Amino acid sequence: MGEYLTGTLQLLQLPAIQTALVAAAVLGLVAGVLGPLVVTRSMAFSVHGTSELAFTGGAAALLVGLNPGYGALLGAIVAAVVLGLLTRRASEHDSVIGAVLSFGLGVGVLLLSFYGGNSANKFGLLVGQIVGVDTTSVALLTGAAVAVLIVLSLIYRPLLFASVDPEVAAARGVPLRLLSPLFAVLVGVVTALGVQTVGSLLVLSLMITPAAAACRVTASPLRATVLSVAFAELAVLGGIVLSLLPGTPVSAFVTGISFLTYLWCRVIGAVRARRFGDRRARTLSPA
Amino acid sequence: MTSAAVPAMSSTGVKRKTTLSLRGARLSYGDRILWDGLDLDVRPGEFLAVLGPNGSGKTSLLRVLLGQQSLSAGSAEVAGAPPGKANHRLGYIPQQRSLDTRLVLRGRDLVGLGLDGHRWGVGLRGRAARRRLVDNVLAEVGATGYADKPVGLLSGGEQQRLRVAQALLADPELLLCDEPLLSLDLAHQRVVSELIDTRRRTSGTAVLFVTHEINPVLPLVDRVLYLVDGRFRIGTPEEVMTSRTLSELYRTQVDVLRVRDQIVVVGANSEAHHHFQVAGER
Repeated sequence: MGEYLTGTLQLLQLPAIQTALVAAAVLGLVAGVLGPLVVTRSMAFSVHGTSELAFTGGAAALLVGLNPGYGALLGAIVAAVVLGLLTRRASEHDSVIGAVLSFGLGVGVLLLSFYGGNSANKFGLLVGQIVGVDTTSVALLTGAAVAVLIVLSLIYRPLLFASVDPEVAAARGVPLRLLSPLFAVLVGVVTALGVQTVGSLLVLSLMITPAAAACRVTASPLRATVLSVAFAELAVLGGIVLSLLPGTPVSAFVTGISFLTYLWCRVIGAVRARRFGDRRARTLSPA
Repeated sequence: MTSAAVPAMSSTGVKRKTTLSLRGARLSYGDRILWDGLDLDVRPGEFLAVLGPNGSGKTSLLRVLLGQQSLSAGSAEVAGAPPGKANHRLGYIPQQRSLDTRLVLRGRDLVGLGLDGHRWGVGLRGRAARRRLVDNVLAEVGATGYADKPVGLLSGGEQQRLRVAQALLADPELLLCDEPLLSLDLAHQRVVSELIDTRRRTSGTAVLFVTHEINPVLPLVDRVLYLVDGRFRIGTPEEVMTSRTLSELYRTQVDVLRVRDQIVVVGANSEAHHHFQVAGER
């Protein structure tokens, strides 16, 4: 145990590790902020689809010799726009994502098979390579994250209104048709950033799981956002630190912490719901 | 029938003579005409009930007034502007639908969105003043006790009280109600309609109340717009809710009976006209 601690502390002195932690913290922040809205809008599958298409974009960039980060970003934005254009009704959303995602993944696999370079790069696109993140990538990540947070702060209130109460929001003049694709693009950008760190397969564990956990224990949108950010940071920073010495994949720890938080919050939520239900039954039954 | 046409005053800031006016309004889908030649003026504080069987264009009328559907012909002015241009001056109360029990939203959040949910930004400024406004309107509708509970766990009656609070908070000139009493029990029907009535009497908010069942709001109704198969009548309940008028509208023998203070309509395609509601809450 003592050895593990000192070994980990030594590794934390390394500039490469510190860069990785900064990148992870930025990602945890922005994913945590978007998460509750993603959960409220039932976009988990959409995030998954977008992340697979970010993988396709990253693979294309690798093949032509560009930074896969830019390719992932482009792929995710194109995916968000295409999903938005193809989906006319909410009921179609599921099947549209399924169709687009499987095709995109197929293209990505084909592109990777043409790529003769470092196979670690290939694997990294799927399961993440945060410890290999360089300062250029951190700059891209931070710039994109700041842009996402600025846009989100401008549209936050009407977006929340449209997400929780679309009928009245539309009646009050909230432009639903503008907000949905705009939010999809924001999600696409953050998803692409996540692909760089935890990989496209595990983006869900930062975008969805912390927010889903937070939504189990509070009904206040503000508190849900704060908790979601805290849980995301805990998972991503904690996951990296714990995985340093054993040298095991970061993703395993990140998803593990994320999932444990989620289970814990479900238990708390269930206990509270039972208590609330009992109180209701006592006070409201004759009404 | 309607009072003489009053030209709409649209100068902003001035007290309007008519909150809502329709001139020769027509709505049709293909060759199916929902209504045509509809002239209607609603004054501030007036309570207009819109009645008619399913598919007669009651909800479409609301959609037109909200700017979500264009008129096929004629013109409309709502709160001094073309439909859809002044929606922040309108309040809207939808049907009670069970909200997702997992929705991350408290009663006070739902209500607060009625005040500023349409504005851009995060809304960090003026939070104390906003909280006071929300608290006041929650107290007005008697929802203080469950304001901090998740909305999805509240009963239908509680949710509709919050809907009224949400719509009233923005102090609307016109309140559009789409069957807000549907699926509520009688006690909650009375509470919700009285809240709406009080507001229009104290603040001069005009009310356009779409319903298939006039009885719960009969004492409040100033005028009725009755739509049937492209035909319509406008007038006081005494003028419109008669055997003769409804028989003309439905083009079949319809009998209107007054039983105590209720109106019973017999023969007006009862399937479409009366949904038998399940009293009680979810």
